[in-house]
Parts: sequence; structure tokens; C-alpha cells
Amino acid sequence: MKGQQIYQQVAFLGLRLSTLIIISVLGLIIWFLGKRGVSALSWEFLTQAPRNGMTEGGIFPALIGTLCLTLGAIIFALPLGVFAAIYLTEYAKQGRLVRIIRLGINNLAGVPSVVFGLFGLAMFVEYLRFGSSILSGSLTLGILILPTIIRASEEALLAIPQTFREASLALGASRWHTIYKAVLPAAIPGILTGAILGIGRAAGETAPIIFTAACFYTPRLPHSIFDQVMALPFHLYVLATEGTHFEKTLPLQYGTALVLLGLVLGINLIAVVIRTRLRRKMRW
Amino acid sequence: MANNTKIVVENLNFYYGNDKALKDVSMLIQENKITALIGPSGCGKSTFLRVLNRMNDLIHGTRLEGKVLIDRHDIYSNTTDVVELRKRVGMVFQKSNPFPKSIFDNVAYGSRAHGIRDKTRLTNIVEESLKKAALWDEVKDKLKQPAMDLSGGQQQRLCIARALAINPEIILMDEPASALDPISTAKIEELIRILKEKYTIVIVTHNMQQAARVSDYTGFFLLGELIEFSDTNKIFTSPQDRRTEEYITGRFG
Ligand SMILES: Nc1ncnc2c1ncn2[C@@H]1O[C@H](COP(=O)(O)OP(=O)(O)OP(=O)(O)O)[C@@H](O)[C@H]1O
Ligand SMILES: [Mg+2]
Repeated sequence: MKGQQIYQQVAFLGLRLSTLIIISVLGLIIWFLGKRGVSALSWEFLTQAPRNGMTEGGIFPALIGTLCLTLGAIIFALPLGVFAAIYLTEYAKQGRLVRIIRLGINNLAGVPSVVFGLFGLAMFVEYLRFGSSILSGSLTLGILILPTIIRASEEALLAIPQTFREASLALGASRWHTIYKAVLPAAIPGILTGAILGIGRAAGETAPIIFTAACFYTPRLPHSIFDQVMALPFHLYVLATEGTHFEKTLPLQYGTALVLLGLVLGINLIAVVIRTRLRRKMRW
Repeated sequence: MANNTKIVVENLNFYYGNDKALKDVSMLIQENKITALIGPSGCGKSTFLRVLNRMNDLIHGTRLEGKVLIDRHDIYSNTTDVVELRKRVGMVFQKSNPFPKSIFDNVAYGSRAHGIRDKTRLTNIVEESLKKAALWDEVKDKLKQPAMDLSGGQQQRLCIARALAINPEIILMDEPASALDPISTAKIEELIRILKEKYTIVIVTHNMQQAARVSDYTGFFLLGELIEFSDTNKIFTSPQDRRTEEYITGRFG
């Protein structure tokens, strides 16, 4: 008895410690970026284009570019991912084929992002002749986040009690009506989780957009989905690796990083709020 | 028999994988009568009930032999439209299972699924069904509220209303009152007796008194076999099989 209690206490201590470490790392990153980047932050920084060989001015075009790319990625990947998940969990006969497809999706999630970048270059930029553009970049990012969205959606769908499906079918509803009206609404909070993770990832990735969408510098805002754009992660990469002005742009770099972090955290926060609201309405 | 036979079950065998859950069951279920199914846990009552609206189709690896006819039509033939079948054969589950939607949307669910969009028509259906299920007075002022906020007994009556709203000919009830207090149970029993006028009802119950009180016919299942099936009166006053007698008198192991 005594031994068990000690064992339990050690286990709890370990759990608490791990949580603490994770939280402190996150806190440290935010504090570090905040301390150095906050001086660069201003209204001008957010609303103006870079000036003077990108050693002055703001990040407005990059901010807009990242928003466009992320939005495009999610518009493309969310419906596709949710439909795929519905097919896999609700329609497909659970057998070897579905297992192979799942394996493929899981492997896709582990592919390095630069590979997606090269694929996007070959497929969208060159073969489909979309050029380096918002369209190509969004599609590439969309494919990148597809596995995340499919998996989260699948989990959300599988978590819906079988009794909902039975209740609906027993009322003479078709399978599609059952999925659309009884299962999917209850799964939305879980599906949103996948979307959140996807958005965060799409906004922060650099490698997939270098070849497919991002340009070094343009003060011009995009007019169509076939325009090239600046993007926050790539802008940061450019500033940080550009030898000559490296020291001079240091505050700008931290500022950019802080905005990127804030953007991702902000989007996540909004989605979390929506999800909690829906959950409260949807509890069963 | 003098009455109209609504459902004919002939030499039914049912398998979950290799496990035989129903063994050579034959039964005639009469129109506008209440048929009760009793028997110890695991004897196949729910399985039998779910055969009648093909709910077992949803479970992988199940298999069925024999014949099930409703209005002389084989419901397991290739030409049967399962969706149409389930519109005619409603079901109330053992555990009440309202959707996480409003009371109104729950009752209107089936009608909407069948393509009814007209608002006044839906409102009428919802009101009528809730009245039939003896729930109207309790919820008429809060139709927009979540069904999950209702009490357990109200939720079960809501599920009955939901099943009635699609205007079925047959209603299958799997222990509809098992999780309810005596007052709610009495309400549901009263309701079942009234519903008999219009519907053919098959009800599973663990409660002997309930079976004796509400039903016209009773079938006793044991380990997947239908041991005895006849008038409820006969079953409870002069059972033919020793096992039936042991079960209804509570001397069963
Ligand atoms: N989904 C399933 N998969 C495999 N076996 C099942 C399944 N459902 C039921 N069974 C088995 O079939 C047999 C009959 O089960 P059933 O649920 O019909 O019994 P029941 O009479 O309704 O019992 P209870 O009174 O406890 O509800 C049991 O042995 C059970 O283990
Ligand atoms: Mg049962």
C-alpha cells in the first residue's frame, strides 16, 4: 500500500514536471520574442511596405500575403479533407484498402515540407502553369495540411456515438442525410480542431512556398490569385539570411517573428472560442 | 387466426459472426395489437426487434436465414428499399437518444429527412406528435430549447414523439421504460395502450407486470430460442413450458 502511494506520487511529480517544462519553453519563446520584437511594433510596421532595401518600413505586403496563402490553403483543404474523412469512416468498407489509404495519409503527414514545395513547383507552377502565385502556394500548403485535417476529422466522426446514426436511420433517413444532419453537426467542434492545427501550420511554413508563391520583395498588393506575394515566414528568412544588412534589420526580424507568432496564436484562439461555444451547444 | 397478421417471421436464424443469436424463431405478429417480448438478458430480444427494421444491417458480419414478411412482403428481399421500410417501421431505443438539437428539430427530423420543408406542416406534425406522446403540455413553451435539457422520462417520450412523427405502421420499442421512474413508466404504458388503436406495437420489456399489463401477446425468449408464444393471459396464467413458468414467477436462475 505504502509503496503504491510513493509510486503514485513519483508518477504525478513526473507528469507535473513535464507539463511545467513544456509551458516554460513556450513562455520563454514568447518572452524572448516579445522583449526584442516589441520595440519594432507600431501601426506603421503593420500597415506599410518595407523601404530602403528592406531595412526600414513595415511588413504589410507580407502580412497580407500570408493571410491570402493560409486562407487559400484552408479553403482548398478543409472541404476535401472532411469529405475524405467522411468517406473513410462512414462509407468505405473497412478493409485492407481503407487500411492502406490510412497508412498513406499518415505517411504523407511525415513527409518533410520541402518535398511538398518541390512537388508544388513541378505540379502547380510548371505542369499546370499557375506560375509562382497565391494559387500554387495555397494548393501546396493545402496538400501539406490535408493529412492533419483528415485525421482530426476522422477522429471527430468516430467519436460521434453510434446511437445518433441509429436514431437517424431508424427514422427512415438516408445515409447521406444521416451524415449531413445528424453526424456532421456533432463532429464540427472536432473538425475545427483539425482546421486550427492546419491553419497554424500553413501560416508558419516556409519551404513549401519558396518555390511556389513567395517573392523576395514587392510593395504591390496581390490583385488576383495568380500574383506572387510576400509572406511572413519567407520575409523573416530573407531578412535573417541577408548578409549585408543583417545587424541593421535585427529589430525588424524580431518584430516580424512576433507578428507571425501573434497571428497564429490569434487564429488559434478564435477557433478555440468558436469550438468551445459549439461544444456547449452540442454537448450530448 | 382471426386477426390480421402484420408480420410473419419464419424459421429465423441470426448470426453475429459465428455466434448464433436467434435459433429457428417463428412468430406471427398481429395488426393493432401489442406484442411483448420477455426473457433473460442476452437471450436475443433486442436482436429480434432489430431484425424487424433491418437495424442489424449496420453491424458488420451479421447474417440472417429464414423469412421476415411485413404485409406479405419479404423485407430481406433484394427489392426492399431499407429507407422506405424504416419509414413504416419506427423504433424507440432502450436508451433515449435525442439528437443534440432543439425539441422541435428532434421531432421534425424524420419529416425533414423525407423532404417535408413546409413550415406550417412541420409545426403541425411536431405538435400532433408531441400530443400523442403526452409531452406537449410540458414542452409547448420551449420547443426551441435543447432536447438534452429534458429529464430522462421526457427525453424518452420525445423519442416516442419523434418516432410517431414519421407516421409508421409498426412501432418497435426496446425497453422504453427501463430507465424511468414509476410515474414516467405509467405515462408511457398509458401511451402505449392508446397508440395500439393505430399502430402495431412490439415491445421488449424486463418487467413482467408491464408485459402482463399492456400486451395482448407475449413471447418468451431463452438463449436465442422462442420458447413460448401466445396470448398474454395464457402465458401468465397457464404457461405451457416449465421454463416459461419459472421465468415469470421469478424462480429462474
Ligand atoms: N453487436 C453485437 N455483436 C456481437 N454480438 C452481439 C451484438 N449484439 C448482441 N450480441 C449478442 O447476441 C446475443 C443477444 O443479444 P441481445 O442484445 O439481442 O439480447 P437482449 O435479449 O436484448 O438482452 P438485454 O435484455 O440485456 O437487452 C447476446 O449473446 C449478445 O452478446
Ligand atoms: Mg436488449
